[in-house]
Amino acid sequence: MKLQEYTTSAHNFEECMKCTVCTAYCPVLQVNPLYPGPKQAGPDGERLRLKDPYFFNYALKYCLNCKRCEVACPSGVKVADLIQSARIKYDTHPPKLRDQILASTDFMGTLARPFAPIVNAVTDLGITKKVLDFSLDIDHRRTFPKYSGRSFESWLKRRSKEQAAFPEQVAYFHGCYVNYNYPQLGKDLVKVLNALGVGVQLLDKEKCCGIAMIANGMAREAAKHAQHNVEVLGKAVSRGLKVVTTSSTCTLTMRDEYPELLKVDNSAVRDSLLMATRFIYEKLEQGATLKFRADYHKKVAYHTPCHLEKLGWGVFSERLLRMIPGVEFTMLASNCCGMSGTYGFKKENYEASQAIGAPLFEQIKTLNPDVVACDCETCKWQIEMSTGYPVMNPISILAEALE
Amino acid sequence: MKFDTVIMGGGLAGMVAGIALQQAGKNTAIVSMGQNALHFFSGTFESLQAPSERLAELFSAAGIRVHYRKGVRLMPLGTFKEAALSLDDIDLFPTPKFGRRVLIVNFLGYHDFFSSFLAEGLEKQGMECRIRFLSLPELDNAKAHGEMRSVQIARSMDRIWEKVAQEIRLLLKDEDTVILPQVFGLLDDTVPGRLRQAIPARVVFAGTMPPSVPGVRTQMQLRRRYELLGGTFLMGDQAIRAHEHDGVVHSIATHNLDAHYLEARNFILATGGLYSKGLVSNPFKITEPILDLDIDQPQDRNEWYNPTFAGEQPYMGYGVKTDEQLHAIKDGVAMQNVYAIGSILGNTRPELGSGAGLAINSAFAVVDQILRCTQNDNEEPATPVILSEAKNL
Ligand SMILES: Cc1cc2nc3c(=O)[nH]c(=O)nc-3n(C[C@H](O)[C@H](O)[C@H](O)COP(=O)(O)OP(=O)(O)OC[C@H]3O[C@@H](n4cnc5c(N)ncnc54)[C@H](O)[C@@H]3O)c2cc1C
Ligand code: SF4
Ligand code: SF4
Repeated sequence: MKLQEYTTSAHNFEECMKCTVCTAYCPVLQVNPLYPGPKQAGPDGERLRLKDPYFFNYALKYCLNCKRCEVACPSGVKVADLIQSARIKYDTHPPKLRDQILASTDFMGTLARPFAPIVNAVTDLGITKKVLDFSLDIDHRRTFPKYSGRSFESWLKRRSKEQAAFPEQVAYFHGCYVNYNYPQLGKDLVKVLNALGVGVQLLDKEKCCGIAMIANGMAREAAKHAQHNVEVLGKAVSRGLKVVTTSSTCTLTMRDEYPELLKVDNSAVRDSLLMATRFIYEKLEQGATLKFRADYHKKVAYHTPCHLEKLGWGVFSERLLRMIPGVEFTMLASNCCGMSGTYGFKKENYEASQAIGAPLFEQIKTLNPDVVACDCETCKWQIEMSTGYPVMNPISILAEALE
Repeated sequence: MKFDTVIMGGGLAGMVAGIALQQAGKNTAIVSMGQNALHFFSGTFESLQAPSERLAELFSAAGIRVHYRKGVRLMPLGTFKEAALSLDDIDLFPTPKFGRRVLIVNFLGYHDFFSSFLAEGLEKQGMECRIRFLSLPELDNAKAHGEMRSVQIARSMDRIWEKVAQEIRLLLKDEDTVILPQVFGLLDDTVPGRLRQAIPARVVFAGTMPPSVPGVRTQMQLRRRYELLGGTFLMGDQAIRAHEHDGVVHSIATHNLDAHYLEARNFILATGGLYSKGLVSNPFKITEPILDLDIDQPQDRNEWYNPTFAGEQPYMGYGVKTDEQLHAIKDGVAMQNVYAIGSILGNTRPELGSGAGLAINSAFAVVDQILRCTQNDNEEPATPVILSEAKNL
């Protein structure tokens, strides 16, 4: 009796009542015949794997880790965590060179940035894409994120005095994307926070959150990053600072994947780590105000990234956008864009990736908005490439609409 | 975040309450931990006869098509059950013998549809049955990994139903009825009707193992309607705690929003029964996990069960206690701004019906109660801070 009451299983897998609800919401199961789906890959497979690791199925690599199965499960089974943990535990193949390259977002950024114009030009060339496709299995139909000439870190460092003068302070985990590919988003955040009387600081040398490493069979390296990040986040938190982010995936990774998948204890910092949209919303709720341009007008269609749905914080982005006078807001139906970080770059996933995103792309084309809003950089690449519509982070839209 | 009413649980009960309140101009949020019992829905609304005018209106605005007539319906294993108000997908017959010769069609590799049980059951009623399997290359995807479920097939059927109709026309000999698994009309609810038109025999859809395709569709339609009316649907989030003061709840905490509480003047508990974890059990007790409400239950655990497995199980009827107006009762006292609706009531309110009927009747009753209270109040109902602020920025 006692046992039944007090025993809980890893990632809640014994709570599964085999209702098959998750199978109705897995985007990969609909399009990829090789994927066994959340129920079989997750709780069903776990029972077998616990008996004998022989039952580990390499097709688990097709899981996007989008967490849609977890959001749908009525029994609180951490289906995606089960799948990712099984990959970490049982997949003994060393990652391919391609996967290592895709996974090392901050390392690649450091290398590419000084040569940004050349790198951008080269990765844009048809011939380079063909070579990448042939030699590395990176699909040639992909467009690559551009590298920016100057990093966001160096931009903000030169403004540290000016930022320190604000009465209230936050630290910003900018992530690889803002640092190397798109510093403008970081600048937009600084503009909005400054308008609220909040100054922005860098962390003491953040590292890539590590999600791409988790996805590419490099969990040990990811755990090192996690430990480092928890440490530097801890320094900021102990100075009484909140840490804000502009990427839903980095946030989910640092809040939930660190303890669940990498077994890195983040309890000291978890509650202080917030999406900037939530931080801003809460400031406004407490009485702060933002002044918006009177002549601003934009038709915005908002896509909630899967990881933000899992975090349950899409509502903050939605409310901020709706609050801007002149924004004509539409909520896009809950769908996965199919990109999921580095997943869609891989040649073997390209078709599935585009098929998964198709309903979303269609809805966007029908709505014909001025801009698609979304809090995730990889959704942005996917949607821009597949629909031709520009995609902006809600923070950038706020910044643009400010007086 | 501030709302007029926060609803815990996004099943049929929570969603009907949310839609009705939004329609009445209230600002609401629904927090739902996971998907709900509609995913197992047979298509028949238990204990409801004809829809009330307001239910008919609510359904039609959401695009949910229903019909009614007192009669029987075909069950997945070839038996018949009394039924009235049902989704259009479901056929209602005056008597179980609805045809003379029946063609039962299934898809090769699909194991969640029980064609031979169906045939056995229909033959008992004096109907002649023939079972045929269609092999469709479009379903090879699903077949390959062995996870071939109703919803996956239904996604293909939205596209290829015409081809299926064509194949069935070729199979059809002298049968007056065709029975198909209920895997049509997931996103496009006109498909079942068009299929019926395209086949020169009566087409009857029979239930499959879950997920229920018409149920999933109904769930999506209700959610879309609710969001279109401006409701805030927090999917995948769990209400974990209520903050109360003198028997009045002022906010709840959720798993995802942690320290960001959802404040409201009214709270509706629509978290379902044991199946949905609205009630939870341990070896000693059944409890309601958010507010720890009162539940009538025998001390002796042995009385929870009926030893006959298939018999009526007493524990299925346990539910939270409420007063006349469905205020939830805690430690013997009715909480003034907390209401309980839907299957979390168990069998405690038989006058409100059972199953979907209970969910809908109790939802409307509480909505009326809330609207009546705010009418009597001089106070302005709470509006979301941010939205009103934006206007005078
Ligand atoms: C297998 C099955 C088949 C059924 N078939 C039929 C049928 O064919 N016809 C019929 O009339 N009735 C049927 N019923 C009865 C069914 O329960 C009702 O019809 C009705 O759908 C119940 O709705 P509800 O909203 O009360 O609860 P549910 O649909 O159970 O919804 C409760 C919701 O609350 C959520 N929740 C639970 N705890 C929390 C929390 N702490 N915080 C936030 N959310 C939470 C759950 O995840 C769930 O989404 C069936 C029931 C079951 C279990
Ligand atoms: S993991 Fe959850 S949704 Fe999937 S079958 Fe198990 S209980 Fe159902
Ligand atoms: S995480 Fe996404 S891709 Fe993986 S099993 Fe769950 S729903 Fe499917």
